[in-house]
Amino acid sequence: MLAYITRRLLYALPILIGVNLITFALFFVVNSPDDMARMQLGIKRVTPEAIEKWKAERGYDRPLVWNERATGTGKATETIFFSKSVRMFAFDFGRADDGRDIAREIRMRMGPSLAVALPVFVLGLFATLSFALLLVYFRATTLDFAGVVLCVAMMSISGLFYIIGGQWLVSKVWHLVPISGFGDGLDAAKFVVLPVAIGVIGGIGAGARWYRTIFLEEIGRDYVRTARAKGLSERLVLFRHVLRNAMIPILTGVIVVIPSLFLGSLLIESFFGIPGLGSYTIDAINAQDFAVVRAMVFIGSLLYIVGLLLTDISYTLVDPRVRFQ
Amino acid sequence: MLLWSDALFFLLIAAVAGGAWWARGQKHLRLAWAQVGASRVGLGAAAVLAVFFAIGLADSLHYRERLPDSGNSQSPQYAVEVLSALDALLMPLKTRTEKTYSAPLATHLYAKETMEDGSRGFPPLKHPGAHLLGTDKVGQDVLYLSLKSIRTGLLIGTLTTLIMLPAAVFLGILAGYAGGWVDDVIQYLYTTLNSIPGVLLIAAAVLMMQVVIDTHPGWFATAAERADARLLALCAILGVTSWTGLCRLLRGETLKLREMEYVQAARAFGASGLAIMLRHILPNVMHIVIIALVMDFSGLVLAEAVLSYVGIGVDPNTVSFGAMINTARMELAREPMVWWSLAAAFCFMFVLVLAANLFADVVRDAFDPRAAK
Repeated sequence: MLAYITRRLLYALPILIGVNLITFALFFVVNSPDDMARMQLGIKRVTPEAIEKWKAERGYDRPLVWNERATGTGKATETIFFSKSVRMFAFDFGRADDGRDIAREIRMRMGPSLAVALPVFVLGLFATLSFALLLVYFRATTLDFAGVVLCVAMMSISGLFYIIGGQWLVSKVWHLVPISGFGDGLDAAKFVVLPVAIGVIGGIGAGARWYRTIFLEEIGRDYVRTARAKGLSERLVLFRHVLRNAMIPILTGVIVVIPSLFLGSLLIESFFGIPGLGSYTIDAINAQDFAVVRAMVFIGSLLYIVGLLLTDISYTLVDPRVRFQ
Repeated sequence: MLLWSDALFFLLIAAVAGGAWWARGQKHLRLAWAQVGASRVGLGAAAVLAVFFAIGLADSLHYRERLPDSGNSQSPQYAVEVLSALDALLMPLKTRTEKTYSAPLATHLYAKETMEDGSRGFPPLKHPGAHLLGTDKVGQDVLYLSLKSIRTGLLIGTLTTLIMLPAAVFLGILAGYAGGWVDDVIQYLYTTLNSIPGVLLIAAAVLMMQVVIDTHPGWFATAAERADARLLALCAILGVTSWTGLCRLLRGETLKLREMEYVQAARAFGASGLAIMLRHILPNVMHIVIIALVMDFSGLVLAEAVLSYVGIGVDPNTVSFGAMINTARMELAREPMVWWSLAAAFCFMFVLVLAANLFADVVRDAFDPRAAK
């Protein structure tokens, strides 16, 4: 198993390099640092000196990939490509364009992001699975039909509506929880309740419908008929046989997002003023802070790759037929 | 005048019409569509979608009004503002603006103001009772804005898939059929793109595009053209992030089809790889393409609103549901609350996406060979 994991990690390396090259091309080749400086300082009436100063402060004044003026290995290392892109592999993200240390920000903001994203994930998975199982239990009845209609309707509502509507109803009209903000320790609970509830409700429509299809596909199989023929109750059939066998398609969709939970949710965090990585990213996008966006792209893809690896490992845990090759 | 997005939109409509003409001659396709037509839900959803598309189409016929001849120039002068056929139809709605907010069908403005005689009260509207959905902050009719937003939503939903489709189909089939290193390269390509979080890739690309557009102001003659370029670029970027799913599906299906007897037979007769892919594999994966096309549409319409909210969506000058929601969001906090523009944007979006979802379901049931007939 160790050998398998090592090999998978080695597969991941080219992907990370690819991501890095794409971001490098997007941020430095398509647009020169001069363009970025002009954008930050305002398009009109910007002196060449101001641009040079802006670039020098942020280390964008070096050549892109090859420094002719440096000596020895400096030819390759004293470049934008090395100092901004290659060093990300050592988790050295440097400073944001506003001067703050990105790595420190990320460490500080991971907690609040997780405080919202983790409950949304766990409760959401539980709620969606239960709802889907309920629909399957009452399959081909009016209740099932009504449930599916409800799912499609909920899927068709914009995520923004859940957030804006929920915030308005619960915080402004009912005054149950603060509209936005975040606190330390247990104090955070009252800020987190509403975002979590909205996150769960927003995901239930699409999720429940998808799981229902998976369950219905399993329920038509021979082994289910055998289980029923043995005289097992419908509940036992559902929980012991169908749920277990439906685990593989469910795991494919679910495990891969677990590492990305660290990144939090862009929309929910920015609406509720939670100082997590999601709102950090949105702020960076709005402030056009390219250094932060670059760092987040790198971390995001790294977490996705870890998610893929976890998915593969989890297959072997739920399905004994799958073996590491 | 013709904007690029209009041209592509018309091309798409023509392609769909052409496809329908061709499908009439194909028995299995005609049967599947007949099944869609037989379902009441499918017909209803299709009718709603057709209305939306008609509005979008009317909004895509753009022109610039010819200014009255000033006498001293030979060539005709055109207005800077770009109008569409929809604008012409809705001219009463477009021109009936008020000073600021007014509630649906109200006769007076929503906020108290000092009147001409010195007292404070609600000033009467210039067009009392004419605004079915009220007016927004600058007094524009909300119904007009909502109808104009439809085109943006439709374009994002359709052009994105149109742009990504050739690449997804070609690479997907090629990877499945050729195998070996070609397969490895294509798989590497889509895994890499997939591993970048979608929003961030879009954000990065849109930020970069913004720099390009800002540094080359000379490329665009009118603000409409600039907004149009940004809309198209957004479609292209969304396409880049969304082709991977379809590509993977097609690769898997092609891997299966490659081993079928009829493909083996074609190979035994000496048909070239390209011919086999075009004549034997492509028609047999078309149902996946059609299903993916209709399934993706609703998600893209919803995504537009979110992206515009984050500030990486359409140009701020483009009327869109996302832009409407973004500007109307703060109005809920006002006292008294202004709710109609938000409600209008969400309702229009809900109807459009619901119709698209229902239609997609019916289409999938009709085309998916695994579905019980």
